[in-house]
Amino acid sequence: MSVETNVSIDANALEEYSKKRNEPEWLLNKRLNAAKQIDQLELPKPDKTNISKWDFSTFEYDAGEVPAIQNLNELHEDVQKLVDTSSEEQNLLVFQDGQPIYSQVSAKLEEQGVIFTDLATAVSEHSDLVKKYFMGAAFEDIEHKLTALHLAFLNGGTFVYIPKNTEVEAPLQTVNWQKDPKLGLVNHVIVVAEANSKATFLENYASFEKEEKAVSNVLTEVYVGDGAHLSFGAVDNFEEGMLTYVNRRGHVAKDGKLEWALGQMNEGSTVSENMTYLVGDGSYADTKTVSIGRNQQTQNFTTDIVHYGKHSEGYILKHGVMKDRATSIFNGITKIEKNATKSHGEQTERVLMLSEKARGDANPILLIDEDDVTAGHAASVGQIDPMQMFYMMSRGIPRVEAERLIIHGFLEPVVGELPIQAVKDQLSALIERKVL
Amino acid sequence: MSAPNLKIENLHVEIDGTEIIKGFNLEINGGEIHAIMGPNGTGKSTLASAIMGHPKYEITKGSVHLDGKDVLEMEVDERAQAGLFLAMQYPSEISGVTNADFMRSAINAKREEGNEISLMKFIRKMEEKMETLEMDQAFSQRYLNEGFSGGEKKRNEILQLLMMEPKIAVLDEIDSGLDIDALKVVSTGINDLRGPEFGGLIITHYQRLLNYITPDKVHVMMQGRIVKSGDAELAKRLETEGYEWIKEELGIEDERVGQQQQA
Repeated sequence: MSVETNVSIDANALEEYSKKRNEPEWLLNKRLNAAKQIDQLELPKPDKTNISKWDFSTFEYDAGEVPAIQNLNELHEDVQKLVDTSSEEQNLLVFQDGQPIYSQVSAKLEEQGVIFTDLATAVSEHSDLVKKYFMGAAFEDIEHKLTALHLAFLNGGTFVYIPKNTEVEAPLQTVNWQKDPKLGLVNHVIVVAEANSKATFLENYASFEKEEKAVSNVLTEVYVGDGAHLSFGAVDNFEEGMLTYVNRRGHVAKDGKLEWALGQMNEGSTVSENMTYLVGDGSYADTKTVSIGRNQQTQNFTTDIVHYGKHSEGYILKHGVMKDRATSIFNGITKIEKNATKSHGEQTERVLMLSEKARGDANPILLIDEDDVTAGHAASVGQIDPMQMFYMMSRGIPRVEAERLIIHGFLEPVVGELPIQAVKDQLSALIERKVL
Repeated sequence: MSAPNLKIENLHVEIDGTEIIKGFNLEINGGEIHAIMGPNGTGKSTLASAIMGHPKYEITKGSVHLDGKDVLEMEVDERAQAGLFLAMQYPSEISGVTNADFMRSAINAKREEGNEISLMKFIRKMEEKMETLEMDQAFSQRYLNEGFSGGEKKRNEILQLLMMEPKIAVLDEIDSGLDIDALKVVSTGINDLRGPEFGGLIITHYQRLLNYITPDKVHVMMQGRIVKSGDAELAKRLETEGYEWIKEELGIEDERVGQQQQA
């Protein structure tokens, strides 16, 4: 059931698939409506990366039955390692090829009225609630071919709903393991933190297949209500064969606070967009990303924070390390709209090149339509300073160890400040493995 | 451990094709402190960096041996592990790496695997040395030299010197940027190291550091080599009379080397 761009989409097959998943009519209609547009729409055009030849369209979408597991130790060893065991109370969903295979939700969470389940279950049990947020204010339109493909062939996802005034202490974690390379992962994540709630969401994406070509297309919508505080952590670590489009968006209401901690560790080519709308007055967003590029991969990371609310604050901090022949573009966009007075936007992009053949570019962009604001940016792209190496080696530290310390030090301002311990730990281990 | 010996013979050093050091000879034994003085641009700092293996400096002739081993054959880290130390005039700043982590890595690099210094022992030693140098303990957790003042960087170089306990240390203008109180403190630290198993080479413009660290030998460097040697009295004479008399004595018109002025 491969999808080819030039082949007309089989609407009957989509209808059947939707029916099999017990989807309500509104979702089926969204699928069909999107499917019709796939051929007409263009691919997005991420700044400074040409993706016109990237094939996001060839994949199968029906995973069929994926057997559930009873115990985490039945999982692939490498997948088990992703599970955050730092807190006693565990809230965990594990997906294989987009299908839920394991779920552990604490009794406390259920008492609190928190919904933490796979999207298919959420759609059948809480249809109206999901409908309210699905392609809600964070997305609204089908913007390009990848959104249309996403909506038409949606095959996985997570729905999180934190009622107002609810504080969830233990992190809510999802582990998304892509096993079968023929299957695309078309994953849709919705996290809703109602007014004055507080929670931490952590997601892992992983695959271990290097050779075969695979596709992932992930859209995430995060809604932070008045005075709510959400920490959103992600570690993307798909293997080389996986081509990824991931778009994570946040929508923050009055005095709400959204912290993103993104470890962008994919081995394959990746387009990653992360956008936060600071809609309410006094809203706050902080995006910290760590990226590593190696081998032949090409990646484009764009982070936007758009200020609408007065006194809104947005911070972007992106650090990337490039080695081998990797190419990565780091775009940071701070946009302050008219009337967003007293807002403050800051961004920093730093890229460390470890190889002469690697390419990296950092593009800080400030777009400001209001006078009464403050904003700043900094960017740098550079190689390890030979004087730093000389200095460290002059103390007896061997070249490899000196490089390790410098790279660690370069990423530390981001990794050390990540708000979620599990993300911090996982990233430290991954960085160690990938570049050191 | 036996007394160390550093032997520099007929050393010639170039930077970007310009010869800066032109036939430099010096031998330092354990228990000795030598001072190299001289006006700006005579090759003093180039000498210090070249001995340590600075990537920009090319050694075109001559030899450097530490305890009979060919230093010029060694990588920079191997030179340090063999017992050489350079306190730099302008130490690098390294973000994200704490002073303590850096020094522990350096100490452990000298030790065999499985024989690393214990954390407790390391902390105790660092605290003790910081006390000697009257440094705020907070500096151990600061990123290496980042945001340090000129004087703080110099103190941090000496802290590393005391932590590493090298056989031969070259101190490149360690006195510049230090006020008189700091100078005394730093000198105390260096004097603590004096003994038969330690040799030092102090590079300086000014005699004032030598008021606190009495050198066994003083050498004047001009035109990329030593032109005059003496004892501590020579330094005092230079302080009061300057360098002109030496130039006259030796018939030197321009003491500097290279096209541009090299410190």
